[in-house]
Amino acid sequence: MSDTHAQTVAFVRESMVPPADPPLGETGIFKWVRENLFSSWLNVLLSVLSIAFVVWALAHLLPWFLQSVWDAGSLTECREIRDARYGEGAASACFAVITERWNQLLFGFYPPEHYWRPVLAFVLFLVAVSPVLFQGLPRRLLAFTAIYPFIGYWLLWGGTIWGPLLVIAGFVIGWGAFRLAEPRLGTLAAAIAAILLPLAWWFFAVGPIAGDLAQIAPIGLVRIGSGDFGGFMLAFIIGVAGIALSFPLGILLALGRQSHLFIINKSCVGFIEIIRGVPLIVWLFTASLLLNYFLPPGTNFDLMLRVIIMVTLFAAAYMAEVIRGGLAALPRGQYEAADALGLDYWKAMRLIILPQALKISIPGIVNTFIGLFKDTTLVVFIGLLDPIGLSNAIRASTEWNGIYWELFVFIGLLFWICCFSMSRYSMYLERKLETGHR
Amino acid sequence: MTDAAIDTAPRSPRLSVSDEVAISIQRMNKWYGAFHVLRDIDLTVYQGERIVICGPSGSGKSTLIRCINRLEEHQKGKIIVDGTELSSDLKNIDRIRSEVGMVFQHFNLFPHLTILENCTLAPIWVRKTPRREAEADAMHYLEKVKIPEQAHKYPGQLSGGQQQRVAIARALCMRPKIMLFDEPTSALDPEMIKEVLDTMIELAQEGMTMLVVTHEMGFARQVANRVIFMDQGQIVEQNEPEEFFNNPRSDRTKLFLSQILGH
Repeated sequence: MSDTHAQTVAFVRESMVPPADPPLGETGIFKWVRENLFSSWLNVLLSVLSIAFVVWALAHLLPWFLQSVWDAGSLTECREIRDARYGEGAASACFAVITERWNQLLFGFYPPEHYWRPVLAFVLFLVAVSPVLFQGLPRRLLAFTAIYPFIGYWLLWGGTIWGPLLVIAGFVIGWGAFRLAEPRLGTLAAAIAAILLPLAWWFFAVGPIAGDLAQIAPIGLVRIGSGDFGGFMLAFIIGVAGIALSFPLGILLALGRQSHLFIINKSCVGFIEIIRGVPLIVWLFTASLLLNYFLPPGTNFDLMLRVIIMVTLFAAAYMAEVIRGGLAALPRGQYEAADALGLDYWKAMRLIILPQALKISIPGIVNTFIGLFKDTTLVVFIGLLDPIGLSNAIRASTEWNGIYWELFVFIGLLFWICCFSMSRYSMYLERKLETGHR
Repeated sequence: MTDAAIDTAPRSPRLSVSDEVAISIQRMNKWYGAFHVLRDIDLTVYQGERIVICGPSGSGKSTLIRCINRLEEHQKGKIIVDGTELSSDLKNIDRIRSEVGMVFQHFNLFPHLTILENCTLAPIWVRKTPRREAEADAMHYLEKVKIPEQAHKYPGQLSGGQQQRVAIARALCMRPKIMLFDEPTSALDPEMIKEVLDTMIELAQEGMTMLVVTHEMGFARQVANRVIFMDQGQIVEQNEPEEFFNNPRSDRTKLFLSQILGH
């Protein structure tokens, strides 16, 4: 009472009593623990059991991790070091296999003196992908994103620089053909010309011209065949190429499946149902074995390229259905409002329908991406040395015969980092695109 | 042939109407599958006319105005809008759509774009207006519908009445010659109906050609120069509002009016 009226006339309180702290049990960690772990007898029991299980699991796992050996040339050496350091038979992980085979796990049999090329390609990949992922970056970077596939290809596989440059020239030819033909022949004829001319250029002109140019001006990197690619690099290349290609293809398939044009509609439905209805592994075997029978003899169609095409087609079929779900979720009124404003089909799709449909489909799209990325490990069955394939090879060697966990923990961790990043990014994107309820 | 329809539609003395034909519909028929939705519709709308279309639900009144900008396809007869006949030619359709503004019952704003972007999208992409000019235009129309301060919000943050006013501004940004309103106040709470109707009345006073499907009979009395009553896919009766409300001729009109004005 005396506090209250320290400088105050009766009835009118001017000086305030300082707020008292709430009871100890009602704040912070105590409150949380009481409410979440020990709110009833059943919960107390379950909490105690869970904690006991976690402690038991950690008690077995932690020593294995903490007493690990990182420097040894073989499993036997690893065991000796363990016996010397932690006593005979102690739980101990032998991560030396990862340090010793680090380069191989990452790059496969890529020539070591050229390791800088995949590393540079990866760094440039991060630069190229950033303006796509984050709106805040300067839009001019997108030009770099557009040419990155050619830079990436050239860095990884090498060869003359004229090949990629002439392939880019094909796009310029197509664009030029469209611009020239559209006023004279109309949109449809121009579009056909813009597709056929570059195709003819790529199939018939690029090879010879690139050869000639390479003789005149031999600028290029040492050629490295797909057979030398391996390890996490291989998985990453197939995964990223598959994701980048299957996304636009999936959008086109989804739109095609909604189309009222009979042939387009039915061919999209047929494609989706056939590709999706057959296991990926069957398609991969088709790519590696059967295609040779169908292609003209003597054509050497790169196995990795075939795999990328198959993985892309497979993921695109799933993607199409995910995006179709998004399209179906949009109210009819959005299509009508776009039509009523006089937007043509492609503008309506690009500006109104797809931004919303894709936003709705983000979880499903990322789900498909993650699935595709992990499915790249299936290429081990057609003889490509992805991380799983390499781990089999490593375990077959005399030095590391008998090692399992360490390799798979490492490979799993690499994949998990990539997939978890995608998952977090999709959540960030969903939050960013949230504009209030409709 | 169309003259018959015009002659039964005396001009309102209050609002001047030109002799220029904005929309001409001749013996137009539409079916949904086997269901005959619109039967032999004949209608001529003059520049600057304000027409209110009413009728029981399922009478085809929404379908009629949705045929005018080809949101629905008609199967027989002719629709000529602003001198261009509606056919399956996509170029014609897009041209007509950019001349005809439409306001929907459920607003249909684009939820992923701000109010300003909603208004500038079509001028920029269809009319090829420079962005800055389109934005100045959009702000002008947003001021007209009295919500310039919401320009940078998203549709989801606005009330229904505000959203509908944005939808009107969005249509006006294309500087249409004709405005179609498909039950613009039916999805609104009562206290928001007035703000939307006020906007529409203002628009009418400026001489916009308007076709309005609505049950707001007060609005019809105040601004329409013709009221059309539809039932079972036909135009049953049309007249200037005073005559229409005070001396309805057909029994179906009388029944409808007694139901809608009775309480």
